[in-house]
Amino acid sequence: MTWTESDVLKALETVRDPEVPVLSVLDLGIIRGVDIQGKAVTVKVTPTYSGCPALELIERNVAEALRDKGMQDVTIERVLSPAWSTDWISEEGRRKLKEFGIAPPVGNADDELVLIGTKAAPNIPCPFCDSLATERRSQFGATACKALYYCQACHQPFEYFKPH
Amino acid sequence: MATSNNAALFDFLLRLGDDQLVLGQRLAEWCGHGPILEEDIALANISLDLFGHAQAVLNLAGEMEGQGRDADKLAYFREAIEFKNCLLVEQPRGDFAYTIARQIVFSLRAYLLWDELTKSSNETLAGIAGKAKKESRYHVTHASEWVLRLGDGTADSHARLQNALDEVWRFTKDLFATDAIEQQLADQKIIPNLGGLYGKWLTMLQELITKATLRMPDPGMFMQLGGRTGKHTEHLGHMLSELQILPRSYPDARW
Repeated sequence: MTWTESDVLKALETVRDPEVPVLSVLDLGIIRGVDIQGKAVTVKVTPTYSGCPALELIERNVAEALRDKGMQDVTIERVLSPAWSTDWISEEGRRKLKEFGIAPPVGNADDELVLIGTKAAPNIPCPFCDSLATERRSQFGATACKALYYCQACHQPFEYFKPH
Repeated sequence: MATSNNAALFDFLLRLGDDQLVLGQRLAEWCGHGPILEEDIALANISLDLFGHAQAVLNLAGEMEGQGRDADKLAYFREAIEFKNCLLVEQPRGDFAYTIARQIVFSLRAYLLWDELTKSSNETLAGIAGKAKKESRYHVTHASEWVLRLGDGTADSHARLQNALDEVWRFTKDLFATDAIEQQLADQKIIPNLGGLYGKWLTMLQELITKATLRMPDPGMFMQLGGRTGKHTEHLGHMLSELQILPRSYPDARW
């Protein structure tokens, strides 16, 4: 049996980000290409963050999901360039993040971000009540990709997926 | 004897990678000791980013060396004298003001350096730099906010941060120390010329320090050198003994 790219992508829909389980690796935008040569399947994966401990697990889960579909000859290739960006999170992914209680990134990763702490960071809407009366408690949350916020309107702490 | 380009790049990558590794370890020491929970988490996150950079850079260094050493071998099985990190990163973590002073001095340079290295003709290095640049931007923002908050805060926080800045300043010449190896890599167009880095860094830092109501340290003070050639302060060996004890006691341990 020969495989098509859509077989591979369909299998990858079931692979979740272990830290943000509502997102599939496709929603996250870390699958950078699929190459099929006869029976051999190569999937290119890019890390979200250099030190992300979930990366190895994700790569293993990708390979496992494809083997479950009967693809025996699977290679995972790690690509660094171009560097992953939150701009690659799909619309579907952003919707799922918000539903899960994580505010999706606001603006593009290439926007002029604050470097030296002198410019105001953008207002981040609360994922629960959409209020803009939110404040950042810490730039770093439970994982490197998220910041900690607090909503003054509904008094709910929440995480914000940082533009990156 | 002329150094081959691969050997020169190996040396350069050790400097780059060891800086990340050693500072990553120092920041990890804050885990469970941060002044507030959010800060504990932030410093551990930054530490993790730095370990990620160290792993990528040292793996590439191992490839350049061509002796079959990977990042783990380089991290765990070298002696202090073989480490090429700058002296700044190996100093004990001190109080929170010291850590913040070091963070702003180091991460601002790191950000500017990664930005330059995205232009490297070595594609892997350029790829690592592209990723690391985005991450170190957050490290700069984090440190700069604390510089403003502590500098323009209470009399105690102001005094502590000023002392800390004066303390770390004597290691800044070592941080920017350059030599024939870097020159060779720039001449061969493997990395860009890094000569402009110091000026940019100083201007940005000066602006921040002034805004934080602090004063720039005395530029004429004694400057300690040696990190890039393996002449370290006593602190590195102690730190490495903790970092390396497990793989040295149980080589090839897996879990």
